[in-house]
Amino acid sequence: MVTHFITLQWKSFWRSASMGSGLFMKLFMGFWALWFIVMMGSGGVGAFFLIKEKLNMDPLVVVNELMVYWIVIDLIFRYALQKMPVINIKPLLILPFNKRKIVSFAFGKTIFSFFNIIHAFFFMPFSVVLIQHDYPIANVILWNIGLITLIYSSNFLNIILNKKYNLIFIIGGVLALCGGLQYFGYFDITKYTAPFFEGLYSIPFLVAIPIGILVFLVIVSFRSFVKDLYLDAGLATKAKNVETENLEWLDRFGKTATFLKNDIKLIKRNKRARSTVMVSVLFLFYGLLFFTGAVETYDGPVWRIFAAIFVTGGFLLSFGQFVPSWDSSYYPLMMSQNIRYKEYLSSKWWLMVIATLISTVLASGYLYYGWDVYLAIIVGAIYNIGVNSHVVLWAGAYVKTPIDLTSNKKAFGDKQAFNAKTLLLSLPKMALPMILYAIGHYAYSPYAGYAVVAVAGIAGFAFKNTVFNKIENIYRIEKYKTILAYKQKK
Amino acid sequence: MIAIHNLTKIYTGNTVLNIDRLDIHKGESFGLVGNNGAGKTTLFSALLDLIQPTSGYIENKGIKVNENEEWKSITSAFIDETFLIGYLTAEEYFYFIGELRGQNKSDVDALLSQFEDFFHGEILGQKKYLRDLSKGNQKKAGIVAALIGNPEVIVLDEPFANLDPTTQIRLKKIIKELSADPEITVLVSSHDLIHVTEVCDRIVVLDKGEVIKDIARSEETLKELEEHFNK
Repeated sequence: MVTHFITLQWKSFWRSASMGSGLFMKLFMGFWALWFIVMMGSGGVGAFFLIKEKLNMDPLVVVNELMVYWIVIDLIFRYALQKMPVINIKPLLILPFNKRKIVSFAFGKTIFSFFNIIHAFFFMPFSVVLIQHDYPIANVILWNIGLITLIYSSNFLNIILNKKYNLIFIIGGVLALCGGLQYFGYFDITKYTAPFFEGLYSIPFLVAIPIGILVFLVIVSFRSFVKDLYLDAGLATKAKNVETENLEWLDRFGKTATFLKNDIKLIKRNKRARSTVMVSVLFLFYGLLFFTGAVETYDGPVWRIFAAIFVTGGFLLSFGQFVPSWDSSYYPLMMSQNIRYKEYLSSKWWLMVIATLISTVLASGYLYYGWDVYLAIIVGAIYNIGVNSHVVLWAGAYVKTPIDLTSNKKAFGDKQAFNAKTLLLSLPKMALPMILYAIGHYAYSPYAGYAVVAVAGIAGFAFKNTVFNKIENIYRIEKYKTILAYKQKK
Repeated sequence: MIAIHNLTKIYTGNTVLNIDRLDIHKGESFGLVGNNGAGKTTLFSALLDLIQPTSGYIENKGIKVNENEEWKSITSAFIDETFLIGYLTAEEYFYFIGELRGQNKSDVDALLSQFEDFFHGEILGQKKYLRDLSKGNQKKAGIVAALIGNPEVIVLDEPFANLDPTTQIRLKKIIKELSADPEITVLVSSHDLIHVTEVCDRIVVLDKGEVIKDIARSEETLKELEEHFNK
């Protein structure tokens, strides 16, 4: 029975439409996975000696104290990135399978998820070093069992969170509250959790608690999945009541308005597109790493421009690189209509410009760190609007990955933009303004650096038409290839 | 109106389309029948310049479709769900297509009011996105959208599939009315011989990409076709 499921999985993996074209991406992901494993492994060994020799503390105590953060961060990452155990369930429903078997298999698959395995690469070496340093073997093993069950509890908690919308708000709220209290120094959660993790090591029976939690979560999620295996329950796609919107106030944009109205609906009504807005909000805070001096390596003046580009360009970078892929699901319609590409493109361009301006206004909070910082942000915005908006659209013309608008699970690690051409085109987005600034900064003064970048941004406007013509040409030449590529779902 | 010259399409050694010469005249209602894989959709896609022929070309009103895009303003089509924008409501979709084809809102409303029967109250004012409509209702929306903007050439791929009996009958009436207009050329493909013989003046049978029958409709047509496919 299980072998049936496994062969089905195997075939769906190797025969998926993106398999052939995605080899580069597979290698790329493989590389990152390997990098993570190596980092985790060396971190496990390194942490022990670092804590022991540099801080003169007991490594186990320190790790136990920080463990609660580890687990919370893991849960957040899972919620954002880990895919749900969905196998192609519909065709199996009427076959003579026990429903519990279908769910068991789907759950079994998650056990081997990268998100679960990766932790072992930190804790194994760490434990080995512990044992070498005369920590009792039995206790270390107990501690490990406790942690493994907690990690797997996260796994199943994530499955439940993904199904129940309101639960995520409760848990998210609790986490935010604890985080806030901790930050302002009212309440230190680690004081209460550290003894627990400590206990996993020193008190033999305490391991029963995480095991109990795991069993509880497995049962709850298992039951809710089995119950939902009906076409009109868990497998149904939910349809909300919606209103027709005319957005007539946009008509002042002339012919571009037709597309602009559509693009705004695209962003409002599709999870995947909405997540680009979320990304741009996140990027708004990215600057804190740079301007507060939190990360030492980012202290150089040139990094300010780098940060400014990101702070104001979050939407531009995350939305723009997928033009025209956003329209992939109805590309044949667009291609059989008498569309002026220029109007189509300028709609996307306006969106990016507006978003950049909004980000710039919102970023005025950075005034707290001085005029100088906000000046960098304004300069970054000018450069984004003048140069990057064009570069991003240009790079997007080569991206032929269809976008499944309704899913947002892969918004970060999609196989998308990574082909040689787009990598090449992403260079000027970041590197060029930094180089320009460096020239002005070191040759004359910081203000000269800003001036050089700003002038480059303003000069970029002059090339708008040239670039749009160029992109139009690419769309035309690649039309048939693009239509074909967009047909390959998933 | 439409002229096909030496058109071939070859996918990795498989010839899926091979038509020496086929002329479709203005005002004709043209039916395309054939089994699965006969090349019906491929032919329509080539006509809309969505795929590139291996050799040969198609002219639409004297314009080579792969060289100039002027034909797009007089041609409209509904091939499959990739012609729908899933996250729009039906009204928004119609207005969007209308704007692309130079029609204002009241033009579109006027056109839509003619199809209230056809919609059967299941399309307009539904508070649903197109992606949440049933297959049949999506098709209704797509077909009507293809009639917006006074097109001279209308291409419908398998319009009868997925429609309920009432809607099929209403659709037949719509297509007949369109073909009665000497300015409008209608191209329809179908698996259903009865429907096609009812609405089309001229029927072409494709088999493995080649035209093997090209007949003007008469009393005998249905019988002739049934015999052909029953071989």
